[in-house]
Amino acid sequence: MTKWLEENTPKLVLAPSFIAVLIFVYGFIAWTAWVSFTRSRLLPRYDIEGFIQYERLFASPRWDTALNNLFVFGFLFIVIAMVLGLVLAILLDQNIRTEGALRTIYLYPMALSMIVTGTAWKWILNPGLGIQAMVRGWGFEDFTFDWLVNPDMAIYTIVIAAIWQSSGFVMALFLAGLRSVDGEIIKAAQVDGIPTWRIYTAIIIPSMAPIFLSAFIVLSHLAIKSFDLVIALTGGGPGYATDLPATYMYAMAFSRGDIGQAASSAMIMMMVVFAIVVPYLYSELRTKDD
Amino acid sequence: MTDLSMSQATGQNRTGKIILRWVLYLALGLFALFYLMPLFVMITTSLKSLDEIRTGDLIALPRDVTFDAWRTAWSGACTGIQCEGVRPYFWNSILIAIPAVAISTLLGAMNGYVVAQWRFRGANIIFSLMLFGCFIPFQVVLLPMARTLGIIGIAGTIPGLIFVHVIYGLGFTTLFFRNYYVSIPSELTKAAKVDGAGFFRIFWSIFLPLSLPIIVVTVIWQFTQIWNDFLFGVSFSQAGTQPVTVALNNIVNSTTGVKEYNVDMAAAIIAALPTLFVYVVAGKYFIRGLTAGSVKG
Amino acid sequence: MSPILDINNLYKSYGTTEILKDINVSIEPGDFLVLVGPSGCGKSTLLNCIAGLEPISGGAISIGGKDMTHVSPKDRDIAMVFQSYALYPTMTVAKNITFGMKVRGVDQATQDKKLAQVAAQLQIEPLLNRRPGQLSGGQRQRVAMGRALVRDPKLFLFDEPLSNLDAKLRVEMRTEIKALHQNLGASMVYVTHDQIEAMTLATKIVVMKGGVIQQIGSPAEIYNRPANLFVADFMGSPAMNLIPAKAHRADEGTRIEITRKSGEPIVLTDTKNRDLPEDVILGVRPEDIADPDLRGSESTQAAECLIDIVEPAGADTFAVMQLGGKHVTARLHAETTAKPGQPKRLSFDLGKVSYFAPETGLRLN
Repeated sequence: MTKWLEENTPKLVLAPSFIAVLIFVYGFIAWTAWVSFTRSRLLPRYDIEGFIQYERLFASPRWDTALNNLFVFGFLFIVIAMVLGLVLAILLDQNIRTEGALRTIYLYPMALSMIVTGTAWKWILNPGLGIQAMVRGWGFEDFTFDWLVNPDMAIYTIVIAAIWQSSGFVMALFLAGLRSVDGEIIKAAQVDGIPTWRIYTAIIIPSMAPIFLSAFIVLSHLAIKSFDLVIALTGGGPGYATDLPATYMYAMAFSRGDIGQAASSAMIMMMVVFAIVVPYLYSELRTKDD
Repeated sequence: MTDLSMSQATGQNRTGKIILRWVLYLALGLFALFYLMPLFVMITTSLKSLDEIRTGDLIALPRDVTFDAWRTAWSGACTGIQCEGVRPYFWNSILIAIPAVAISTLLGAMNGYVVAQWRFRGANIIFSLMLFGCFIPFQVVLLPMARTLGIIGIAGTIPGLIFVHVIYGLGFTTLFFRNYYVSIPSELTKAAKVDGAGFFRIFWSIFLPLSLPIIVVTVIWQFTQIWNDFLFGVSFSQAGTQPVTVALNNIVNSTTGVKEYNVDMAAAIIAALPTLFVYVVAGKYFIRGLTAGSVKG
Repeated sequence: MSPILDINNLYKSYGTTEILKDINVSIEPGDFLVLVGPSGCGKSTLLNCIAGLEPISGGAISIGGKDMTHVSPKDRDIAMVFQSYALYPTMTVAKNITFGMKVRGVDQATQDKKLAQVAAQLQIEPLLNRRPGQLSGGQRQRVAMGRALVRDPKLFLFDEPLSNLDAKLRVEMRTEIKALHQNLGASMVYVTHDQIEAMTLATKIVVMKGGVIQQIGSPAEIYNRPANLFVADFMGSPAMNLIPAKAHRADEGTRIEITRKSGEPIVLTDTKNRDLPEDVILGVRPEDIADPDLRGSESTQAAECLIDIVEPAGADTFAVMQLGGKHVTARLHAETTAKPGQPKRLSFDLGKVSYFAPETGLRLN
């Protein structure tokens, strides 16, 4: 008995966590998937009815907007945050004396809650007293910057705030990548007389491909999960002009009482995440096993 | 690291280099302004009176510094029908964060220790399955979790939120400790086994004393995640048990009465202070957690 | 006297891959057994199985006459020294050495006494309050030995303990381990990939490859009468020359014919070995090809060889030539007259040669 206990202690220690994950991650995903194929409304029902919820979902103009917004927001957010992060990292890599302080400044927004970020930018971008009012106060009476309340432009305010929050993090990732490039290769290139910008474009940046991939995964993951920022900054409005799948799902689940729609939209979100993350994780775990 | 910038400086193009250097610092400075501006605006706005906000400039320094807005934000602002400020919710967040961080870190340490040092058949698959849990969009578990909390009888309570944060934090805490312990040679465990020590003895006497850096990283990561959480907070709390992020959102979006921007800003800063404090004090570990969470081992 | 370690028909596999196949080894008290082989041959796995750190898939292990096959490491009465030393990083040297006793509930007075004893024996008293991070490689090695010695076990296990030391220190520690073995009279199992270490330390060598034992024997047996081509090639430095040759029966013995790139084949006559097949691989140690004036017995025969390369190595000079399509090394005297590109008369000592079958690689004589 003690022998058995001794041999199986590791498994017993891991078991509760593993069971919890099995139930609360995989079991719950299965539940949501199941419910997404039923006619559930206010209360869940368990008779499978096929793809009705998905048909309803893709017929809904609000979901259409949410998906569109996700692609616009996701694309701009990822591309700009990556470019900005890379530029900042390269600039900081030039033997800057105040690097430590600057790094701290660039990265601190990452420590904030998205709700705080949203609150701050909501104040800065509000046309009545924010940037628009300030510039008008300087004498430019015709200056207009009302994206926050403009249904066509409001999604871009979310892009701005999200980039402000996350680009410092991308910078930190890239900076770590730049520093991990083999110093001897760079020295060899310098000895060969290759100009600095060529060393970056031809040697350093190509060797950072895995970091680009990581940054892309993290940012796209952030984009798909974006919820708090929209709630705090625009509340999904004006109207539902800035709805994202995450806010759509929440609205269906907790204010509209439409469990079927909530479940099916959540499943779509998960499929988007999986489409991006699964190949990445698969390759990561494979290379580690070799 | 090789110093790229100074390498090709020769006397001939020295002035060019110096000008380039100034442009570089200017660009870095402008970026710094971009990141600092919102914080600056938040602080100055929170120190102004409402009159000054209406008549003045967004980025102007306050003429008369007043802490009224801070006082209101802390103990008088309305989150819907209640007007007690963020104080009770700040306290809720602490009550949620401390146990959730402690439990998830401890479990993560044990799990990581098992996965890294006591490999058994299937341990890798179990770890992969747990790791995968980090990546799911939590929307997919919101509905069943809401029902489950109701069935267990902890819906809308602080223990309920602690439970949720522990469950969905396990993947990351396990990952952190696993990656740390995997770099410790397995011979250490073997030597201790030959010395007669068992599973818990080895963990307690040998691994735990080695773990301070990764404990700090994990605690900071979990604390930031849990403190800044909004989705679970807004989904699984009720009046009285809401965390500070939910309260802040309610204050900002409460439709009753005059819009008090200075109070909003003060409340936002209060909600941000604990994580900002952690960032300033232990930034190194904060960054390590961020990068460890994204670039795996 | 019953064997101190007895391994019978041991098998070990991970999934479907067999790591160790039908291992049978036993050693007497006081033996110094060295497991040697290239990396991946299973020698470390075998040591871990002896320690109980890895479960085995079949067979039995007994230590000190007791069946230990399913006994956990702490109850096997063993002590182990690891390649990375595996010192507990957060404990002082003294705590490292006494940790095992503390876990087993040995009283403080005994702990102190044994610690003092071992510290004196290994001359590490000044280090007792330091942490492993503050020690040099050689000092860590000593502490790891101390941790093993303090156990006073039936069997010591060493897993490549010297491979992390620099060359000079390695030779010093090798001598110390040998002295320790002689003074303690303890039984030891020692894993290494370094055949010189194996030769110098062992009373008994097990040569392994691909999870299979190739040969068990005393260092002299292994060196002089390798059981197959692998052992012949692996043990000894420079390696044994393995030259394809033709054997023809003759009145006076066997005529061994070795082809050369240019000129006539070398023909040597072996008077000792008869009944060889036609195709053989002749194994000659470099020291058995020597300057003719310095060696001479009835079994040596001289032949003219074209020297390609001359490598002076201090005490000896190595000469490399082409015989039977292979590079062949001869160990010559330091003041030899051999010059590259010039022929030199060399004597071959046929009394010590080995013959192997080309297809099976097995020893023929």
